[in-house]
Amino acid sequence: MPNNRIAVIGDKDSVLAFKALGVDVFDAKTVFDAEARLKKLAREYSVIFITEDIAETIPEILARYKARPYPAVIPIPGAQGTTGFGLKGISKDVEKAIGSDILFNNK
Amino acid sequence: MARLNVNPTRMELGKLKNRLKTAVRGHKLLKDKSDETIRQFMIYIKENRRLREEIEGEVTSSLRSFLLASAVNSTEIIEEAVAMPSRTVRLQSSVKNIMSISVPTIAIEEGESTDLYPYSFASVSSELDASIANLSELLVKLVRLAEVEKTCNMLADEIEKNRRRVNALEYVMIPELQETIKYITMKLGENERANTIRLMKVKDMINREREQ
Repeated sequence: MPNNRIAVIGDKDSVLAFKALGVDVFDAKTVFDAEARLKKLAREYSVIFITEDIAETIPEILARYKARPYPAVIPIPGAQGTTGFGLKGISKDVEKAIGSDILFNNK
Repeated sequence: MARLNVNPTRMELGKLKNRLKTAVRGHKLLKDKSDETIRQFMIYIKENRRLREEIEGEVTSSLRSFLLASAVNSTEIIEEAVAMPSRTVRLQSSVKNIMSISVPTIAIEEGESTDLYPYSFASVSSELDASIANLSELLVKLVRLAEVEKTCNMLADEIEKNRRRVNALEYVMIPELQETIKYITMKLGENERANTIRLMKVKDMINREREQ
């Protein structure tokens, strides 16, 4: 069962700020690191925020957690700004559900 | 269309007709379910997009202001300042049921300690306070985003699965059953006619014998 806490995975610059809020932060330097960290955290935390640049490198792992209620693995932009990965995830969902991205492709 | 491999008997015909009835009923129900799930999905996905667009800018700007603030002091001081947070964020999470899909509901549970800043104001710059205050307000929205986005993920997944079921029933199961039922009906009719002809022939033969 999830332990009702929030974890943040990301590069050091982006996650340090979250630490002050009482959120558990973990930095990941390599892809391998991030993968192992996420797998481990997924067993404990109910919400895991992961910076977009890292999330982009491990889409298969993210997909694995999509079908379960917990944990919620959510990409957030880092200090460098957004890469558009999070919004892409939304349009992917729409495409999956409806067949084509009818909501957002006009923008 | 392929027909099922069954014996053309009345028993089988009855069974198949029942199966067809169930399949048609199931198809209708699943189709209704899919319609409603998509409607729900639309509501959530719109909110998801709105929230995400709102949050992305804000997160980046508060993280950036944190970076700028920390540039004023040395890294060690900043790290020391935030190393021991004065409160921990706890969530209240449970599971909600949307169209028989279990989706999470998450909310932040306020801790006892209301003191946001874990450091003494003397040691760090005031920009840091501002960015942390910003970020802590953002956290509520982030958690809401997590809940909505997760719901969208799960709904999308379920809609896809459901669509497969509907299609399998509509384009495979139901035509197959109809085809087989037709085949059995034809076969039984054919047998019936063959039987009648045979009886007529026999009757003819008997009549002819009697006349001789």
